[in-house]
Amino acid sequence: MKILVAVKRVADPDNANRIKVGPTQIDTTGLEWKINPFDEYALEAALRLTEDGAKNKDRLGEVIVVTLGPPEADATLRSALATGADRAIRVNTSDAALDGRLVAKALAKVVEQQAPDLVLMGKQAVDGDSNFVAQALAELIDYPMATFAATIKQEASGVLVGREVDGGTMNVRLRFPALVSVDLRIVAPDSVYSSATAPTFKYNEGVRFAPLPAIMKAKKKPLDVLELSALVGGATLATQYVKFTAPAGRKAGVKVASVAELVAKLKNDARVL
Amino acid sequence: MTNVLVVAEIHAGKPKAATLSAITFAKQANAALGGSFSVLVLGGAGARAAAEQLQGFGASKVLVCEDASLENYLAERYAPTVAEVAKGFGLVVATATSFGKDLIPRVAGRVDASYAGDCSAVSAVDGKLGFTRPMYAGNAFGTLTLSTPIQAATARQSEFSPATPSGGSSAIESVALAAGGKAASRVEFVSLESVKSERPELTEAKRVVSGGRALKERFFELLEPLAKQLGAAIGASRAACDAGYAPGDYQVGQTGKIVAPELYIAVGISGAIQHVAGIKGAKVIVAINKDGDAPIFQIADYGLVADLFEAVPALVQALKA
Ligand SMILES: Cc1cc2nc3c(=O)[nH]c(=O)nc-3n(C[C@H](O)[C@H](O)[C@H](O)COP(=O)(O)OP(=O)(O)OC[C@H]3O[C@@H](n4cnc5c(N)ncnc54)[C@H](O)[C@@H]3O)c2cc1C
Ligand SMILES: Nc1ncnc2c1ncn2[C@@H]1O[C@H](COP(=O)(O)O)[C@@H](O)[C@H]1O
Repeated sequence: MKILVAVKRVADPDNANRIKVGPTQIDTTGLEWKINPFDEYALEAALRLTEDGAKNKDRLGEVIVVTLGPPEADATLRSALATGADRAIRVNTSDAALDGRLVAKALAKVVEQQAPDLVLMGKQAVDGDSNFVAQALAELIDYPMATFAATIKQEASGVLVGREVDGGTMNVRLRFPALVSVDLRIVAPDSVYSSATAPTFKYNEGVRFAPLPAIMKAKKKPLDVLELSALVGGATLATQYVKFTAPAGRKAGVKVASVAELVAKLKNDARVL
Repeated sequence: MTNVLVVAEIHAGKPKAATLSAITFAKQANAALGGSFSVLVLGGAGARAAAEQLQGFGASKVLVCEDASLENYLAERYAPTVAEVAKGFGLVVATATSFGKDLIPRVAGRVDASYAGDCSAVSAVDGKLGFTRPMYAGNAFGTLTLSTPIQAATARQSEFSPATPSGGSSAIESVALAAGGKAASRVEFVSLESVKSERPELTEAKRVVSGGRALKERFFELLEPLAKQLGAAIGASRAACDAGYAPGDYQVGQTGKIVAPELYIAVGISGAIQHVAGIKGAKVIVAINKDGDAPIFQIADYGLVADLFEAVPALVQALKA
């Protein structure tokens, strides 16, 4: 199986409260670049789908990682290669030249060139929090899709996916070639099974990390660079942010000493009971 | 002027409350920039019945596509028809539920629309619609304009109260089902495992009680009585969902449900950035945590430093009294 994983680097999401906001830009200076957590999960899912969980030294498929970004984004690709991806593609552009629609258009061309069986991506990039590219891309390439995937099971000619939706889990079957966007629970011990992995096998919770020798070896894995303009032709940005504001802050309130005091405050001061 | 197409979300022959929030969004867009709105209802048997219940909200038209192939929602089957209809409008919108977030971006891909997701407000900016939306886990709000001929958006449910009937009776018109492409033939709906709960819906509830990792297997044993006493919905942190103490769709936060109740009680939740992103709109936040330094106390209006296994049952008793 050949899997294409789209990954984006984002400013450290655990310190998102330290960004400087407005009036016409968001300044993330001082925050480290990290792989978007959902994309890290998508990569983990791709690796699980191309191995027997019990014998994961042997690769049973090909995983290609792709990002759109400036040369510095190569670091994100190299670390994905160290984690286990086989090769990488960077679509060269500045971050400011992108919006979701252009990313989807460019990725559609990459899919056309690479012809993967499965495209895996995050459900959302946690900088812009758009939750757009996967669905738009699936439409452009006319692939069936399963967004918000919590489980993926490989079948003879496709995947069975459990989607986290309002009110429960929706199970859908996709025939290859197909696209899946992943949600948080995709890295649970029993969420992803390739046809080679025994149904009783349990992964460690979370994602795998690159062993030291792999980090060295990753420097030699192929990383191709394409130009954005070559992929999207004349298409240009069609979103324009005109203003950014910081949210109204919430202040710490009071500590109460007992349950009785809490109830009294909620009744008499807050008047919500 | 922008004419808006609202895509309705229905269940068992009735519009969901989310649909009424999207109508409010459309009315605000019309108020800002002029234009009218129509509603499109898609579904299997019962779609027409649902459409009839949407006639009193001031829409130019209520469009309906009732077809057996639309019985179970799949974006691949819905998007072609929505896209066909959207070609007669400047903006296509739904509420940012798991339905709207799945469908509208796919429709956007089909009509080459730019997209503003999970909007908290809509206004006029230099003769265009300005969409305001949270980014970076709610640490910033950006206002953007879109410049494709057709635009697409979803509305954050907690920011748009459900529309109330405004009288009149919009005409109902049937629209033809548009055929899906290869994608539609390669996807199959298998099943929907719904989580049964007597509690109100998280995104619509006036009160919410949420539990974290600390509750362990006693999640429901402890929270059900409290939620019942308060008439509250139950939510959870990611850690509680990941561990299987609560179903995944109970997750509140940046990447789960956004809530804005009058009262939010966080029980055994540390208050990570991602969780807080989902509760900032609450009127009153209460935190119960045994660690007095937990970050949740930095945003809670009332904090109780206590062992939840004692405090929660005591709270239930006190509320009964
Ligand atoms: C991409 C991404 C997206 C995410 N999205 C979300 C999201 O949408 N929503 C979300 O919630 N999280 C999200 N998270 C996870 C988030 O970062 C935190 O890990 C999570 O919210 C922690 O859950 P918790 O507070 O239950 O657990 P913990 O952080 O482990 O906190 C448990 C708390 O319980 C307290 N406690 C323990 N025992 C007791 C007791 N007996 N009595 C009282 N208090 C007790 C502890 O003091 C502690 O504060 C996301 C993370 C990532 C990477
Ligand atoms: N610049 C980018 N490069 C590669 N993949 C991206 C980029 N932006 C978004 N994606 C992919 O699209 C997903 C959804 O992103 P978004 O729609 O921006 O929330 C991400 O999780 C990535 O898989």
